[in-house]
Amino acid sequence: MIEARNITKRFESGDSVLLALNDVSFKVESGEFVAITGRSGSGKSTLMYQLGLLDHPSSGEIYIDGEKVTEMETDELTKIRLNSLGYVFQDYALIPELTALENVLIPLLMQGLSQEAAKEKAVASLSRIGLADRTDHLPSQLSGGQQQRVSIARAVAHNPKIIFADEPTANLDSESSALVLKNFLELNKEGQTILMVTHEPEYAKMAHRVITLADGKILSDIRNR
Amino acid sequence: MSILRPKRFKHLGRSLSLGWFLAYRQVRRSSPFTTGLIVFVMTLTFLNLVVVRGVLVGLIQGSTDVYKKYYAGDIIISSLPKKDYIENSSNIVNIVAGLPWTESYSPRYIQGGSVEAEYKIKLRQTDSPNSAGGLVEGIDPVKEDQTTHLSNKVVEGSYLTSSDSDSILIGANMLKKYTNVDVPGLTLLERVNIGDRVRVTVGDTVREMTVKGFIQTKTDVDQRIVMLDSTMRNLIGRGDYNVDEIAVKLKPKTDVFLVKNALLQSGVGNTARVQTADEALPSFLIDIKNTFGLLGNVVGSIGLVVASITIFIVIFINAITRRKYIGILKGIGINSTAIEFAYVLQSVFYALLGIMFGMLILYGFLVPFVTAHPIKFPFSDGILVAELSSTLIRAGLLMIATLIAGYIPARIVVKQNTLDAILGRN
Ligand SMILES: Nc1ncnc2c1ncn2[C@@H]1O[C@H](COP(=O)(O)OP(=O)(O)OP(=O)(O)O)[C@@H](O)[C@H]1O
Ligand SMILES: [Mg+2]
Repeated sequence: MIEARNITKRFESGDSVLLALNDVSFKVESGEFVAITGRSGSGKSTLMYQLGLLDHPSSGEIYIDGEKVTEMETDELTKIRLNSLGYVFQDYALIPELTALENVLIPLLMQGLSQEAAKEKAVASLSRIGLADRTDHLPSQLSGGQQQRVSIARAVAHNPKIIFADEPTANLDSESSALVLKNFLELNKEGQTILMVTHEPEYAKMAHRVITLADGKILSDIRNR
Repeated sequence: MSILRPKRFKHLGRSLSLGWFLAYRQVRRSSPFTTGLIVFVMTLTFLNLVVVRGVLVGLIQGSTDVYKKYYAGDIIISSLPKKDYIENSSNIVNIVAGLPWTESYSPRYIQGGSVEAEYKIKLRQTDSPNSAGGLVEGIDPVKEDQTTHLSNKVVEGSYLTSSDSDSILIGANMLKKYTNVDVPGLTLLERVNIGDRVRVTVGDTVREMTVKGFIQTKTDVDQRIVMLDSTMRNLIGRGDYNVDEIAVKLKPKTDVFLVKNALLQSGVGNTARVQTADEALPSFLIDIKNTFGLLGNVVGSIGLVVASITIFIVIFINAITRRKYIGILKGIGINSTAIEFAYVLQSVFYALLGIMFGMLILYGFLVPFVTAHPIKFPFSDGILVAELSSTLIRAGLLMIATLIAGYIPARIVVKQNTLDAILGRN
């Protein structure tokens, strides 16, 4: 489904070279819920950016459904992000002047859905995570937890092959965090592939599989259960 | 059907409609104060683009307008360059009067002369006289008034009637009190009042006459002493009724060149010069008009550059402060065209509103106001010239400048690295 082969990400500043990712290889199968953990600075976010096609690895290759996506043109990558990937950012990353519904609508409209079809899908996506009554609120009128759930609704509305979530609960209180996690688990149960970075061992335990990074390398890759 | 449509266009259509979606919401939810301020700047820019040139050109237009209105009419027939007067004048007058397009006409006798006041209290022969030189003009007051409405331009006293054989009107440029410039060597009449007896000299003839009025048209007529044609004929001893110029006013919407050609074809050109009012304009006026037009365009161009920079800065700041969101949009798969289009649309929106308000102010207030209250200048009553066609051209220019000025900064910001934008890194 998605595969990293010998991914290395090198940061150079002056003479010093930092290997944020050092020859990382692994494969995520369709329907998996993978948690990525590790100390601060171990390379978790860097890994997400490479797999999420927001950045280019220094070396190594990434395959999505067997297709090599590294070295593709910017436009093509944008299209893959639109059609196959979904993102949940730590700080929600909603567009402030768009309502919850509109935020969820934009990728659908970009995909070419008609206004009505897109709206139907967006409303369904928001309802699925319990925000049916908040569709016309602006992000500033929503709580952090609600904003993060809008962000999840946006990430899944177009049925991506995989969702990337980098510490989606870092800015939330425990109650909101639990709700967000519950949403993820439900989505996963419906077949959604999820790759989530988390610091919380308790949340990592809920995933099928926990990959632990240390100094840019995979320290362990454990299946739960 | 849709299969026939190339995929690329379908994509473009999508991007544009999403761009519209984003722009509309961004403008609608932006602060009304900021929007108002930007629109205000655009309005001023647009007015600057149109009004400065309009006033400059209008100054001269005002003076050419009065030239036509109070002096030349639509067509002016004058003596041939080397002749003292128009030979066979009565014949020409008959032709003019017989033309179907003629509304009115005014034949005029013209000769150099002067007028002197206070000659009775001059003590010695060597005292400098209180006098002024100009052209003496003999008219039929009724015909003249039908053609040039001269009676409207009497600023003091009253207009001539057919029985005023002993009276004159004096042009304002010969009078000290109406002329605020001191031209060395040019003497002006001082202390003359309505009803005063003055001495008029035409050629070798001197005659005492009464001042009946002062006229101010802001044309050459202001340098003239006006009397009845019959009196003038007596003074210059011209018994043949040959006049020096004939101003012809045509019926509204008549093509002047048509009439000019008709006149030439009936042989008028053999004994007189036939010119449309525009052709007869003093060439310096045409030169100034062109210069002012150019000057107006220069000022306008600077305005255009200022407007472009304003839009550029507005959009640039807008895009830079929203760099993170632009990054997120790109991150979730929105293509650059859609995002850039959203910003271009916003600048178009500002420009359109600016142009709209500018037009409203221009045609709803400025033009009618200045027309009703012309800007007073010594040589003309300035009006505001703003033909719709040239206004629309300028609006178009502003639009294009805005498009470019909105697109460039959007492009600059959208082109930045997506991840850097999302993370706020440089
Ligand atoms: N743009 C960059 N330039 C230089 N070094 C970088 C850059 N981005 C990340 N790094 C370095 O790479 C390493 C991995 O960073 P990364 O952000 O992936 O860590 P992380 O595991 O996500 O940490 P955290 O849990 O704190 O979010 C860190 O040492 C970081 O300093
Ligand atoms: Mg991180």
